[in-house]
Amino acid sequence: MHVTPRKTKTYIKTALKDSVLRRAVLNATGSTVASRQAIIDELPYWEDLREKAHAIKKDVIKHLDTTLQTFEQRCTDNGIQVHWAADDQEARQIILGIAERNRVCKVVKSKSLTTEEIHLNSSLIDKGIDTLETDLGEYIIQLMEQIPSHLIIPALHLTRKEIGKLFQEKLGNAYTEDPHELLKIARRTLRQHFLSADMGISGANFGIAETGSICIVENEANAHLTTTLPDIHVAVMGIEKLLPDFKALPYFLKLLPANATGQKSSTFVNFISGPTHAKLGEGPKEMHVVLLDNGRSRILQDPKLRQTLFCIRCASCLNSCPVYQQIGGHAYGWVYMGPIGITLIPQYLGESVGKTSPYVCSLCTACRDACPVKIDLPAHILNLRSRLAAHGKTSRIERTGMRIWAFLARHPRLYRFATWFPGKAQQLLPGGRSFPAPGYTRKRTLPRFDAQGFRKRFNTLQMPSAGQQTEHANSEDNR
Amino acid sequence: MKAALFIPCLTEHLLPEPGLSMVRILNKLGVEVEYVENQTCCGQPAYNSGYHQQVIPLAEQFIELFHDKEVIIAPSGSCVAMVREEYKHLKLREDLKAPYERLKGRIYEFTEFLVDVLNVDQLGGRFPHRVTYHDSCHLSRMLGVREQPRRLIANIADIDFLEMQGSDVCCGFGGTFSYKMKEISVEMVKRKCDSIQESQAEYCIGADSSCLMNIQGYLTQNGYSARTLHIAELLARSLEL
Repeated sequence: MHVTPRKTKTYIKTALKDSVLRRAVLNATGSTVASRQAIIDELPYWEDLREKAHAIKKDVIKHLDTTLQTFEQRCTDNGIQVHWAADDQEARQIILGIAERNRVCKVVKSKSLTTEEIHLNSSLIDKGIDTLETDLGEYIIQLMEQIPSHLIIPALHLTRKEIGKLFQEKLGNAYTEDPHELLKIARRTLRQHFLSADMGISGANFGIAETGSICIVENEANAHLTTTLPDIHVAVMGIEKLLPDFKALPYFLKLLPANATGQKSSTFVNFISGPTHAKLGEGPKEMHVVLLDNGRSRILQDPKLRQTLFCIRCASCLNSCPVYQQIGGHAYGWVYMGPIGITLIPQYLGESVGKTSPYVCSLCTACRDACPVKIDLPAHILNLRSRLAAHGKTSRIERTGMRIWAFLARHPRLYRFATWFPGKAQQLLPGGRSFPAPGYTRKRTLPRFDAQGFRKRFNTLQMPSAGQQTEHANSEDNR
Repeated sequence: MKAALFIPCLTEHLLPEPGLSMVRILNKLGVEVEYVENQTCCGQPAYNSGYHQQVIPLAEQFIELFHDKEVIIAPSGSCVAMVREEYKHLKLREDLKAPYERLKGRIYEFTEFLVDVLNVDQLGGRFPHRVTYHDSCHLSRMLGVREQPRRLIANIADIDFLEMQGSDVCCGFGGTFSYKMKEISVEMVKRKCDSIQESQAEYCIGADSSCLMNIQGYLTQNGYSARTLHIAELLARSLEL
């Protein structure tokens, strides 16, 4: 399924018509927001955690070049082969190269949103490599031939019934919609694949520079199996995913599960610091880390938007976003969605592709409060809008309108005349109606222009002297 | 005390009553009010649409008009947030930076002014109806004003206050968003109206006319029985002003 943010408006219309999807999204985000809040209510130092996490990320991003060098060096010391990928194509080539050199027939994958960003699965499958997602949600999405609709809960938009039917159809089991049964079925199917795969591909929640390790946070242990059972392990991570040292990690291990799934802690935290040693006799014989740039270093150069690199992909901004809650993730047309998605789309894919994205937001600022690393998402969205306006990517009518309006607003007498006029013109409408506004008034009525306006009414109010009470007989007339 | 009125566009042209109610209440509390001539618009609609260059002269005009006022009061959280929180991101003229800093600390949303500055949270009115309260996004999250309006409401005699589900979830207005993304905006306001109805309130109180206009517009056209009421109007009505 190929989607693009160019078609956001079409996707939005489709999503809004899908009542099953919308109920599923609203329920899932609602319950995550509630469990997250319950955790916050228990932690008096929640804001301190956020401050600290923000400060750590700020520092890492500021010194990203040296931190990356340290990370690469430590990884190499640990026997990890480090690769640098400038873009998605290069990343795919590197991974395909590793697969080809090792005659890989089967790949199992886990926890790798970044590989969605580089469209890895289709290129592996095109090369005849059996490629299987192993996290339950991702597995469902793969069977559905869709892309994830949420950063953490990829199948968030689907109901149990839909998943039950999908499993019955594709896996041939008896129909069930019991989540535990469904999980068992998926486990049974996937187990064989874990054991027979030649290569495991994972993402990384954090890369720890000091020790050359990666950290993967999960609940299902699929990442553990993916990274330990096959002979080769490839971890794909964005260059911004680094933390300086292990001391920095606890803040994030507290914030990530709370914000992502509303859990106090995740079930598993994997630390991987290289391929197996002969004496231990288990784990992959070969380990690779692919460090993906794909536009990130360009964002790094941009002081106004750099903060987006702090993102730990927890999806807290999605869950709290009233727009996401209405339309779900597919409507955004890309692998990252919600408030963080709409800021990343134009940054990664360019202004022309992403010219609708920054407007899929009512600027309610709930995401700013939700972000665990305190990214000022509304400010970024405004910034992107201002660039689109400045670069002439908005409609000519809007630009001209804004220019005229700004001119009038600087000339109070003209402004007063221009705003007096609609009130007068409105009197020509039959039946005391208000102006129609295409689209807006199809479902909502607009109020009528006030014949006088506040200023005139204020001047006719009987002004009492300070401290004195007065009667305003005309209060009802003013309505 | 002498307060300068900052009258948002919507109050000036479409919904003057909340502004007039605010004036009556301030007068009753002994605050002298002044309408600053030549005020137009704070620039928020253009700013939120990304036309930041066009907003700069408006911001400068606003600062020039208001910088020497003792206090500035508006019946709208989002317009106050625009001045207090967003002007600082604009490249303003050097000579206006100091006046802006002074102005920033003296501009208040109406309920914030009553409760935090005048220390008044009980006006002595009576309103025998069931009401709920909608937290406008900019008022609640950017200015942190959540408790002040609730206290003012709770202290009205015979009023039945009912919290709605998701009182701080956006009503879907968002200025130009309500037009540019009208399909989403309509679904958001529908959700808000359903919450209002579920709370069984007769009135949804708010402190921002723009949200209330959006909510009222949907309530009216879709057969809901609840109505919206600006908090200044609620207080004025409860006092029979």
